[in-house]
Amino acid sequence: MQLQYFLLLAAALFCIGIYGLITSRNAVRVLMSIELLLNAVNLNLMAFSNYLDPTLIRGQVFTVFVITVAAAEAAVGLAIVLAIYRNRDTVDMEQFNLLKW
Amino acid sequence: MNLAEAVQLVSFVILGLMMIGGALGVVLLSSIVYSAFLLGAVFISMAGMYLLLNADFVAAAQILIYVGAINVLILFAIMLVNKQQDFAPLPNAGIRKVFTALVSVGLLVLLSTMILATPWSYSTSTPTGESNLVLIGEHFFSDFLLPFELASILLLIAMVGSIILARREYIPDQLPVSELPQTILTLPERPRELVSTTSITDQNT
Repeated sequence: MQLQYFLLLAAALFCIGIYGLITSRNAVRVLMSIELLLNAVNLNLMAFSNYLDPTLIRGQVFTVFVITVAAAEAAVGLAIVLAIYRNRDTVDMEQFNLLKW
Repeated sequence: MNLAEAVQLVSFVILGLMMIGGALGVVLLSSIVYSAFLLGAVFISMAGMYLLLNADFVAAAQILIYVGAINVLILFAIMLVNKQQDFAPLPNAGIRKVFTALVSVGLLVLLSTMILATPWSYSTSTPTGESNLVLIGEHFFSDFLLPFELASILLLIAMVGSIILARREYIPDQLPVSELPQTILTLPERPRELVSTTSITDQNT
């Protein structure tokens, strides 16, 4: 088992998340893509923590912080989606132009 | 290759296929409920990856927080905003998707060449194994103390903010002037408008 396998897998997951973030029309799916991106970053951190820094596992500490921020982001993001849905009566990302010129 | 390495490699391949397939399903499937459940599969396979990387505490935290909290939250949001609508087709939608796919594949190629070309300086010391929970605790209360406390404040702010965002709006000119002994523990909120005939989900929100 090498470090490169984990890094390649995380890179693939990150690119899938980027694709979903840009192309999806449903606002909830955009939030799910953001979770995919954060998971890819977590996998990178854990792989570095295991292979490059196994005595002081600082990568795992960073992963715990990223998980915390992801939980807060998911709660606030879904509340925003709920508020926009209540006002606009849609979840289509193409019609959310409130802050767009 | 001895037995342990073979088992590690096989489980890595299985978990990786599960993860990539689940992520593609999250992005590409049309039904968003299937996407949410596949996202749970991705999270669980990610926890398996953490076990392969000698991190049992973070694997347990991953399952607890991601599968138990975030995925359930996403499912609740899907149930609350479950509006079966067909999005109006955009002009040049195909070109957009092709261009985005090209950019994503290009990014993947770039990252892959970078990963394979970099000479990583592997550490020769053995992983900590079962004492990593103790090490994480020591990090939390010595050199990562400030981010640890800031994380608690961040969670508090996120909780208050999401409650305020998701609550119905407060209208101040409808302050009750009646002196009737009404129920005490009610927040002054806009009364729910019963929008008939559209959908049941409006009443739930």
